[in-house]
Amino acid sequence: MSNDKKIIYVDNNATTAVDPLVFEAMKPFLTEMYANPSSIHTFGGQVAKYIEVARESVASLIGANPKEIIFTSCGTESDSSAIYSALHLCPKKKKVVVSKVEHPAIIALGQELVRRGYKVEEAPVDSHGRIDMERLEELIDDDTAVVSIMWANNETGNIYPVEKIAKIAKKHGALFHTDAVQAVGKIDINLAESDIDMLSLSGHKLHAPKGVGALYVKRGVRFRPFLAGGHQERSRRAGTENVPSIVALGKACELARTYMKYENTHIKALRDKLEKNLLANIKSTKVNGDIENRLPNTTNISFEFIEGESILILLDRLGICASSGSACTTGSLEPSHVLRAMGVPYTAAHGAIRFSFSRYNTEAEVDYIIEQMPAIIERLRAISPFWEG
Amino acid sequence: MWDYTNKVMDHFLDPKNVGEVENADAVGDVGNMTCGDALRLSLKIEDNVIVDAKFKTFGCASAIASSSALTEIVKGMTIEEAEKITNQDIVKILGDLPEEKMHCSVMGMEALQAAIADYRGEEASDDDDDHEGRIVCTCFGVTDVKIRKVAKENKLHDAEEVTNYCKAGGGCGGCLDDIQSILDGVWREESKTPVSTGKEMSIVQKVMKIQEVLDKEITPLLEQDGGGIELIDVVGDVVKVKLRGRCAVCPTSHITMQHTVQDKLREFVLPSIEVEEVK
Repeated sequence: MSNDKKIIYVDNNATTAVDPLVFEAMKPFLTEMYANPSSIHTFGGQVAKYIEVARESVASLIGANPKEIIFTSCGTESDSSAIYSALHLCPKKKKVVVSKVEHPAIIALGQELVRRGYKVEEAPVDSHGRIDMERLEELIDDDTAVVSIMWANNETGNIYPVEKIAKIAKKHGALFHTDAVQAVGKIDINLAESDIDMLSLSGHKLHAPKGVGALYVKRGVRFRPFLAGGHQERSRRAGTENVPSIVALGKACELARTYMKYENTHIKALRDKLEKNLLANIKSTKVNGDIENRLPNTTNISFEFIEGESILILLDRLGICASSGSACTTGSLEPSHVLRAMGVPYTAAHGAIRFSFSRYNTEAEVDYIIEQMPAIIERLRAISPFWEG
Repeated sequence: MWDYTNKVMDHFLDPKNVGEVENADAVGDVGNMTCGDALRLSLKIEDNVIVDAKFKTFGCASAIASSSALTEIVKGMTIEEAEKITNQDIVKILGDLPEEKMHCSVMGMEALQAAIADYRGEEASDDDDDHEGRIVCTCFGVTDVKIRKVAKENKLHDAEEVTNYCKAGGGCGGCLDDIQSILDGVWREESKTPVSTGKEMSIVQKVMKIQEVLDKEITPLLEQDGGGIELIDVVGDVVKVKLRGRCAVCPTSHITMQHTVQDKLREFVLPSIEVEEVK
């Protein structure tokens, strides 16, 4: 990407820009504040204090107690730690229940568990991506060690009734984990009065840098560390702390609290404006997902009869960064497992584009996309053998 | 983001010969919506020469670029010349394609072959190749015939390469071992290593050879799935074996027996070998 081209970044579910205030907060820990927080000297102790400040900030964003927060390296590590811990602590139970629309951090983990002899059930979703709650409850039984359902879906933005599912899991004596990397910072989360046992979050989805995450483990829920080693994180996550990024995550969570309202007004308005206009101006388009119940920043739109990678490349030439449910963009040959689970027809799944906003997007950017999109779609449809416009 | 060459980007951004030839003399339709790419090639043919070619493509940038390049190549060619076009000719025009996108060039070649077949009034219309041979990849409906063809034309030795060129193995991945066996067979034939007739083998030599193939060729494949195999006896050309580990309880063990064990032993030891499973 050349530097002279302005970038319109509407791919914030993939990752977000580091907030300048977050960067300022972490900088001293990349320079003068380099001591190991485990060290006995005063210098080490000073650094350790900042980790605890960050922990309080993360806890506060999700209504948790600081002692319930374990810092990790990413959302994937948090997910794996949670599931393996649950399985280890319930050795007699051999079943894990997830949904068909989980992130690969859970889906691929499930496939690995199957190879290790566990039974993994995936609850189906309907055409809007909503979980079939009846079927889900049928799948959870006394042999189920842990149920893991995402709080919000990365592709469609769908929000799942995790509180309700946590109660069902509890009824059957199973632990409940939720991958909330897309939800934290975008919608209110309060774990104080919740039956959710474990929750994963990730720094780079809320304007902290890549390479830091956290796992919430409810007080009273037993936990077995994923990594063996030192006593860091009260012996729950070995490995010298990534202090600069942990401090950054703390700052990002503090900022997320202040922006929460903005997220659900301004950012939502940008998303709604884009969606409304694209649907009105371009024929044969439809929104994938649960329109009534999804993240305020995400829209997933199918442009039928054309293929997503072609759309993305034409958008990229204008500096617009989005992403696609198409197979071709990743080198895989099958379109998004989320859209396929929803039964989105192939005519629409290959041409699904996700726009995801953040507080750095502007209305002028949305207007530019609205202005450019029809020509891009028309141009590709003119080449498509399936388009009979 | 893919690292496309300038040529690919040129053909994608400014594709040549988009559309459908009026009163076409030949049409080749390949691919479909499910697979994520599809190409309709239409040709105008006069005195055995392709005088016009147009395309319509559903697919990614490299699929559109490959189609555009194809129409440029074939214009002015005789049918006999066009028939010799391979996917590599398309890749050459485009400078290069990312490995994972090679199947786009293969789709171009197939559309041309389908169009030529259509011109000659041959029975097979769409997906000619797919009706020949045994379906190896059920996810994308790719046959052994097609796999052998792309492997030979593009000198492919690994199953993963085959996926890049014709999608086989790119869905559930369950057929990758099978694809590898086909490739191994292709290159063994090519190097013309004479399969031992076995006539000069004594029973001891035969048993030793069978044990060697079990150890070196078959066991590593089975171990990938947590299984194993043990040689029990050899009576004439009948080899009696017992499956171990997960293979022993696998409901599809008879397929393993036939496709992995028997095929390998026939290939490496003696074509007349019959494998019998001892439970």
